[in-house]
Amino acid sequence: MPTVSMTVNGKSVTGEVEGRTLLVQFLRENLHLTGTHVGCDTSQCGACVVHVDGASVKSCTIFALQADGASVTTIEGLAAPDGTLHPMQAAFREHHGLQCGFCTPGMVMSAVDLARRDPDLTERSVREGLEGNICRCTGYHNIVKAVLAGAEAMKVTAEAAE
Amino acid sequence: MANPNGIGAAVRRREDFRFLTGQGTYTDDIDRPGQTYAYILRSPHAHARIRGIDLSGVSDAPGVVAIYTGQDMAADGVKSLPCGWLIHSRDGSPMKEPAHMPLAVDKVRHVGDSVAVVIARTRGQAQDAAERIVVDYEELPAVIDMNATLAPGATSVHDDVPGNLCYDWHLGDEAAVDAAFAKAAHVTKLDLVNQRLVPNAMEPRVAIGEYDRATGEHTLYTTSQNPHVIRLLMGAFVLGIPEHKLRVVAPDVGGGFGSKIFHYAEEAIVTWASRRAGVPVKWTSDRSEAFLTDAHGRDHLTHAELALDADGTFLGLRVRTTANMGAYLSTFSTSIPTYLYATLLAGQYRTPAIYAEVKAVFTTTTPVDAYRGAGRPEACYVIERLVDNAARELGIDKAEIRRRNFIPADAFPYATPVALTYDTGRFDICLDEALKMIDYDGFPARRAEAKARGKLRGIGLSSYIEACGIAPSNVAGALGARAGLYESAEVRFHPTGSVTVFTGSHSHGQSHETTFAQIVADKFGIPIETVEIVHGDTAKVPFGMGSYGSRSLAVGGSAIVKAIDKVVNKAKKIAAHMLEAAETDIEFSDGRFTVAGTDKSLGIGDIALSAYVPHNFPLDELEPGLDEQAFYDPKNFTYPNGTQVCEVEIDPDTGTTRIVNFVAADDFGRVINPMVVEGQVHGGIVQGIGQALFEHAVYDPESGQLLTGSYMDYCMPRADDLPSLQVTYHEEAPCTHNPLGVKGCGEAGTIGGAAAVMNAVVDALAEFGVGHIDMPATPEKVWRVIQAGKMPMAAE
Repeated sequence: MPTVSMTVNGKSVTGEVEGRTLLVQFLRENLHLTGTHVGCDTSQCGACVVHVDGASVKSCTIFALQADGASVTTIEGLAAPDGTLHPMQAAFREHHGLQCGFCTPGMVMSAVDLARRDPDLTERSVREGLEGNICRCTGYHNIVKAVLAGAEAMKVTAEAAE
Repeated sequence: MANPNGIGAAVRRREDFRFLTGQGTYTDDIDRPGQTYAYILRSPHAHARIRGIDLSGVSDAPGVVAIYTGQDMAADGVKSLPCGWLIHSRDGSPMKEPAHMPLAVDKVRHVGDSVAVVIARTRGQAQDAAERIVVDYEELPAVIDMNATLAPGATSVHDDVPGNLCYDWHLGDEAAVDAAFAKAAHVTKLDLVNQRLVPNAMEPRVAIGEYDRATGEHTLYTTSQNPHVIRLLMGAFVLGIPEHKLRVVAPDVGGGFGSKIFHYAEEAIVTWASRRAGVPVKWTSDRSEAFLTDAHGRDHLTHAELALDADGTFLGLRVRTTANMGAYLSTFSTSIPTYLYATLLAGQYRTPAIYAEVKAVFTTTTPVDAYRGAGRPEACYVIERLVDNAARELGIDKAEIRRRNFIPADAFPYATPVALTYDTGRFDICLDEALKMIDYDGFPARRAEAKARGKLRGIGLSSYIEACGIAPSNVAGALGARAGLYESAEVRFHPTGSVTVFTGSHSHGQSHETTFAQIVADKFGIPIETVEIVHGDTAKVPFGMGSYGSRSLAVGGSAIVKAIDKVVNKAKKIAAHMLEAAETDIEFSDGRFTVAGTDKSLGIGDIALSAYVPHNFPLDELEPGLDEQAFYDPKNFTYPNGTQVCEVEIDPDTGTTRIVNFVAADDFGRVINPMVVEGQVHGGIVQGIGQALFEHAVYDPESGQLLTGSYMDYCMPRADDLPSLQVTYHEEAPCTHNPLGVKGCGEAGTIGGAAAVMNAVVDALAEFGVGHIDMPATPEKVWRVIQAGKMPMAAE
């Protein structure tokens, strides 16, 4: 079986995979990073969204081998090492943007990427930006609130870092 | 002093940290040592006789551990998956209850029916090997259409149920209804399709079976809303495993909406196969399998008639419904179109005479069972569509016709003509509040403004009621439930003052770990951080009936309160002993036990420690320990209710419906956590909107193939399809018969939602002569209706 190497959440990892192994399978089954979820088999639901070289990607849509050499961030890599939540994670908690939690990892990873790409999000652009992430619990109302608040908090954090 | 994290506080959720950091433990996240993977070969046909299964060469495929068919399971004594409710037809005969074997034995009866299971070292190997299986099918005609399935000469889905009728049931006083119609000034009639839906919890189902040869104990990890019920059904009825040798664990579960109540074939298959093959066996559904095998929802055909006098007073309601059971009877299936549907046909109104007939039929489709609301959205849709149309036909304002017919606040308890007694309600408050929120009076101006832009604007109301807190066991039993539907709780103080609560309710998004802890912290006067809620494991929790029918708080929460009361009573005895006072003189408040009229007191933590390390308890009167169990059986259903108002704008050029505003004013009794309640309502409403505008499980009538078998074909509501929602609630009519005064909020949004949207859509299209349009109101359907309406003769 071919070998694949990548950086996941800042750590170098290597594993043997089949050619058909999807990135999400590699993360869940080889690395036991089970925070990334599989909710469909047609790249529609977005529960599996991770960041590959900084951009959100549905990890059920690429083979593990395609991510060879890439830097991957999963939901497990988003909070600070001391457990402090990323501003987007904190906003989801504050605004009750999750119920069963299954879509949440993908939703949060998509939201972080959305906020990075568009510093001036509106309710409409959040709704359009999350079109590829399905949630069955929340009706999206609180997710939209959380993403707008999380994006604001990310701006403050970024300014503070400058 | 109010507990800052007690009842009524918008406490942020304790579940969230693990879910937000990827540390939840969903069933598919569990791997057992030596685990193998099951792939289930499924029928590609809607209906076929299995003439033979050729397994040659399959076991030679890489990684294969075992292959089993339905014959193997049957030969080993495995029995049919049971149905939990026995319905009797109007002639007194019991419903037809054909067998549902976990793996098909003689025939397959829907696309996706399970035929064989391959167990291999990896998931891919199991799937690869299954491709070598050759099944010799003799194809039989698909039976899809509900009217066709009852037609003379229709192909039988089950050889032992000729005619495909499961039951022919009725409720209410037919003669009284006939009399009401005879004197009516006006009759509003509708033919309604309540289309089939797929629940689509985001987490697909998973089951892992593990057998311990040393102890003879089976463990099933499963995506379930009620692990104890699965243990009972699977252990006692299907596999013959006694409870003490069968543990069922439902860990974090990624949404259910009803679809994870039922005992599914795959649970029995992996449990049985793990013993047979001697290895843990894991099955993970993919979404395509979920579409074919998760129980579907709704699927009613209804003719309904409302008789009114000239003033718009409701005189009588007549409803005739055919309900699709699918190919087999799922666990709760038979109760949904009967006792969770027809019993709700009074709605919020004083309609004096109601009569309902329900025929349940078999078809070669995926089984149909409870989906969020379960019977009550169907009932609400019937009533509220009739009421809006009646108002239009009689020229009465649609809010006014409701107000005129509401059961007034002073009429409770109110016995409806369809078997229920509502304990309390203030329907007027919800209606007034909802109308204010949406600025009902300003609608004509908004409609005119939209018209000037070339858009069609409509407004629709839905005043729903539901029977929740399922169920008073004696009532449920009288209605055919084969089990009582109480709930259990155990409240255990630990020696150093922290508390673990074991609840038979199950949380799969409902936030019990937070809200139940609020109740416990509030009642004991202790910090919420010292309370832990445990659920979802039959090895930990004494018993449980699980979570569905918005019952967790009303029934499960009440059981917790009952156990808390027992703990307090026990603690009073201990306090009396320690304080050398009479037990009757001990008062408890804010976490302290005080001798009345003195400053002598002890904190509950001191009592707990003493309870576990006593030196001098009078042992014949006072046992050590502070750990109490309670079973709570509700005295009645609870009756959450409210009014939802939806305003839509339709683009006549494209037929696209946009929801411009949606408001809900609800009565859930007392509210434990307003943030959580609002979240439940939001999600519920969007499932109602989903049914009204987007979702429809469609079968090809000839081949019986599911045409909407993926998220590419089945339209799930997405963020950009939806508006923000305005929701509020009142607490003026708390439940009168449970200790928390709570009613339940999980299904409300869905129960009222679809009717509110469809009433708005029909209102917007009324100028084209449209009296009804079936769900989902897709752009194509709406556009066609508009086009037809533009031609003068086409209008009805």
